[in-house]
Amino acid sequence: MSLHQLSLTAMAAGLAAKQFSSRELTQHYLARIAQFDDQLNSFVSVTPEIALMQADAADARLAAGGVGLLTGIPIAQKDIFCTTGVRTACGSKMLDKFVAPYDATIVRKLHSDSGMVMLGKVNMDEFAMGSSNETSFYGPVKNPWDLSCVPGGSSGGSVACVAAGLAPVATATDTGGSIRQPAAFTNLTGIKPTYGRVSRYGMIAFASSLDQAGVVARSTEDAALILQAMSGFDALDSTSIERPVDDLVTGLGQSIKGLKIGLPKEYFADGMAPGVRTCVEAAIAQLKVLGAVVSEISLPNAPLSVPTYYVVAPAEASSNLARMDGVRFGHRSQEARNLEELYKKSRGEGFGAEVQRRIMIGTYVLSHGYYDAYYLQAQKVRNLIYQDFKRAYETVDVILAPTTTGTAFKFGDNSDDPVAMYLNDIYTIAANLAGIPAMSLPCGFSEGLPVGFQLMGNYFDEARLLNVAHQYQQATDFHTQSPKEFV
Amino acid sequence: MSLTPEQVQQVAHLARLELKPEKTTLYAQQLSNILAMVDQLTAVDTRGVMPMAHPLELTQRLRPDLVSEPNRREAYQAHAPAVEAGLFLVPKVIE
Repeated sequence: MSLHQLSLTAMAAGLAAKQFSSRELTQHYLARIAQFDDQLNSFVSVTPEIALMQADAADARLAAGGVGLLTGIPIAQKDIFCTTGVRTACGSKMLDKFVAPYDATIVRKLHSDSGMVMLGKVNMDEFAMGSSNETSFYGPVKNPWDLSCVPGGSSGGSVACVAAGLAPVATATDTGGSIRQPAAFTNLTGIKPTYGRVSRYGMIAFASSLDQAGVVARSTEDAALILQAMSGFDALDSTSIERPVDDLVTGLGQSIKGLKIGLPKEYFADGMAPGVRTCVEAAIAQLKVLGAVVSEISLPNAPLSVPTYYVVAPAEASSNLARMDGVRFGHRSQEARNLEELYKKSRGEGFGAEVQRRIMIGTYVLSHGYYDAYYLQAQKVRNLIYQDFKRAYETVDVILAPTTTGTAFKFGDNSDDPVAMYLNDIYTIAANLAGIPAMSLPCGFSEGLPVGFQLMGNYFDEARLLNVAHQYQQATDFHTQSPKEFV
Repeated sequence: MSLTPEQVQQVAHLARLELKPEKTTLYAQQLSNILAMVDQLTAVDTRGVMPMAHPLELTQRLRPDLVSEPNRREAYQAHAPAVEAGLFLVPKVIE
């Protein structure tokens, strides 16, 4: 078995037993990036000097002993997380030359605290706005399962590099499905924890009441290890939760006999491709075999998730992105003759079309005369969506749904029609509006392309979600399959 | 709700975005489509429902009013497009 086919646990064991060093492991991945990434465009910055320096430091610590499990294991960072000394562009021309003066909390936790090795920064939709990675200033990322298809978005670089074995694991973020939809499109396991569980400090803000960081990995066990290291209270994030982090890893072996799974009928109505439905239904059958008790539930307001989101998220984005003004950091127009022109031209030149659309929608729904009809109404509907989940979790432990309506689509299929693109996230957005944890994991293939299904949990129930997913993966082998061209 | 190219220019002005004139027609059409999708919210009965700004019931954490941050002006200005004598430069504001 090649190094890039090992699980994180096996990698840690190999490092501890001195079968290979962190430097050798890191060099193996750097070589694969050099060999394959021209085809995928998953990395926007490869950082070999930093990686090898961190790997040597990890090897020294491994030799001394008493280190954590993740010491010396490489990871790719989504280019939305600030990294001192390495550009953080967030997929935008606006930040093409931006080098942050501080590290995001999760960067500190994964590298400084846990001793992981950063291979580089990975591509994404501009400011995480997109479902196909086609809005990136650095060009689209390709899906390793079919190079003519999108990898999903916004975490397209994160999933492409992990699915192709160019990194063992990658960080990602999810505002409306940006971890789960790309994970489903590339046969990966991706989890977005409860809002507030992982610090947002140093994660460039898109929609602050929805944004949450997480991880994409090749198994639930790998995802749990990384999420454990990322989670926890952070005084630097005012919405971080002061609550101890559950043990996400050692509880993975529990039986799910008697687990109550709810199937929201609104998610199983029309709209799902037949190939997706077949795979998701097979996953439900498998979970029944494992002892889960399945029942139909209703989330009556869930169909309103997309319109609600496309008021709330752009409103918050228009406010968050106001800081990009050409004065303190980021792109500055050379054509401006006065201050107003400096703002307008810097922003007009620095932002791509999708970001401009969302800023304008957000500005419009917040503007005088429209605030009540759009923004306030959307916030009320958001409450109804939240109440639906609260009610559902009084009777079930976990909610199961498809992650996406179809498999990965072709480049250009949705890029001219924003509304069609937005409907890609129809199954994933509700979890962000409610703030609950949710994950996607592989459950089969349709015409050669991966299909994922989604598990949504109650607040802070990450440990239970991960255990259900792990039990499913113990009984199935979909998640172990890799795209053939990248073996 | 549909937007005219003129309304799009007005919203872009509020957002301090310069749009190329040839783009406003396409933007007007796309933004109108988005608003048409969003318009289904108006039919929802939300009488008596509290607006939800945030997924968790949090209160703002307070900290003691003590100086905790060192002065990092140089680091924070290192990535600025134009600075002089520790100040951010902008085009002349007062004639």
